[in-house]
Amino acid sequence: VAVLDALTVLLSLTGAVFFLAGTAGLLRFPDTRMRLHAVTKADTLGLGFVVLALVLQAESLAAVGKLLMIWLLAMLASTNGCFMLGRWTVRDERGEPGP
Amino acid sequence: VIAAQAFDALLAGALVLTGGLLLASTSFMRAAVLFIAFGLLMSIAWVRLMAPDIALAEAAIGAGVTGVLLIDALRHMEWDAERWLRRQPGPQHEPLPEPPPSAAARAVPAGAAILVLGLLLAAVYHLTADDPGLARAVQAELVAVEHPVTAVLLVFRGFDTMLELGILALAVLGMLTVRSRPDLAAAALAPPHDPVLAHVVRLLVPLAALVAGYLLWLGTFAAGGAFQSGVVLGAAGILLWLSRHGSIDVTPGWLWRGLVLLGFAAFLVATGVTLVWTGRALEFPPAYVYALVQIVEAAAALSVGASFAALFVGLHPGESPGSGDGARE
Repeated sequence: VAVLDALTVLLSLTGAVFFLAGTAGLLRFPDTRMRLHAVTKADTLGLGFVVLALVLQAESLAAVGKLLMIWLLAMLASTNGCFMLGRWTVRDERGEPGP
Repeated sequence: VIAAQAFDALLAGALVLTGGLLLASTSFMRAAVLFIAFGLLMSIAWVRLMAPDIALAEAAIGAGVTGVLLIDALRHMEWDAERWLRRQPGPQHEPLPEPPPSAAARAVPAGAAILVLGLLLAAVYHLTADDPGLARAVQAELVAVEHPVTAVLLVFRGFDTMLELGILALAVLGMLTVRSRPDLAAAALAPPHDPVLAHVVRLLVPLAALVAGYLLWLGTFAAGGAFQSGVVLGAAGILLWLSRHGSIDVTPGWLWRGLVLLGFAAFLVATGVTLVWTGRALEFPPAYVYALVQIVEAAAALSVGASFAALFVGLHPGESPGSGDGARE
């Protein structure tokens, strides 16, 4: 149990580092696409680490399933949101009409 | 304990800061985004106060649906303003800035806010740490739904829930009335078809239906319930419309109206039946209470979902998007 707890702490700290890196990128990168890149990639990885850390503490298989589901849904949402924002940026730069 | 207190202090500080920035911001868009951030922080605060039901509702309604509605309303405002400017003859000019509110107009809300603040501070001052309040008396009365918050919401405050559903139905009616005035006929901006979004929505909507049912069932013994479940359904409806899925267009008007009114109607029927049956409004006989509360809750969830979707879609129910502005002008 002590090993699991130590692993949980290690994994959530790793996750926090990625979240911090993603936030730094969001604040410091010069244009929209670079910021999207920082947020979607680093934060998704950070969330993955946090979910793994929580899976180690889960009381049941159902809880593990729900945690993994949250991670999958967050990946789906951030990937597609990133794609749509990125496409809008490209169209905006080219001066095309679009959503 | 110190870490928890530090976190709470940070959270409270962030709430006050976000609220202040929100009120001070001059850009509507900025204010809407800050409002969403405020809702998310608020829902974490509810989790810290051990009220997961309210946290779920705050995250879903306060941050989610309200944020989407605000941003959508901004889009409509910009669009209306453009049309208004185009219709004006002569040189185009900026609308005149509104005069600042008078001293009296500022004093009244400020006085009311200070009064509420004083009352809240007095209430907190009179709290004692180990006073259970009415908790034990309430616990003794709970039969049907095991989670205290849901039970209080439905068993004790049935009227409250009923009136909330009534208010939602009224909001939809008000929206329909405003939309049917020709000078305000901001037709729905039908979003362009997007194959990627359409595909994701096809993945997400069945899952949303599953989650809504799960939350409804969860409401009988843990955090969850009709409102949370209904908001998930409403979000699914909004996504369907945004991705131009055909199901929103083909839903006939009578079905929309029926779904919006279903929850309130179920509560009215339940009130009438219980008045005759047990002599007290919304007090079900113990043998049937579980089943009947579930039926009323399910109806409420459907209504909440239909109302939020209708508020967003913002059409006369049954009218197809795209037939609005182009056809009228």
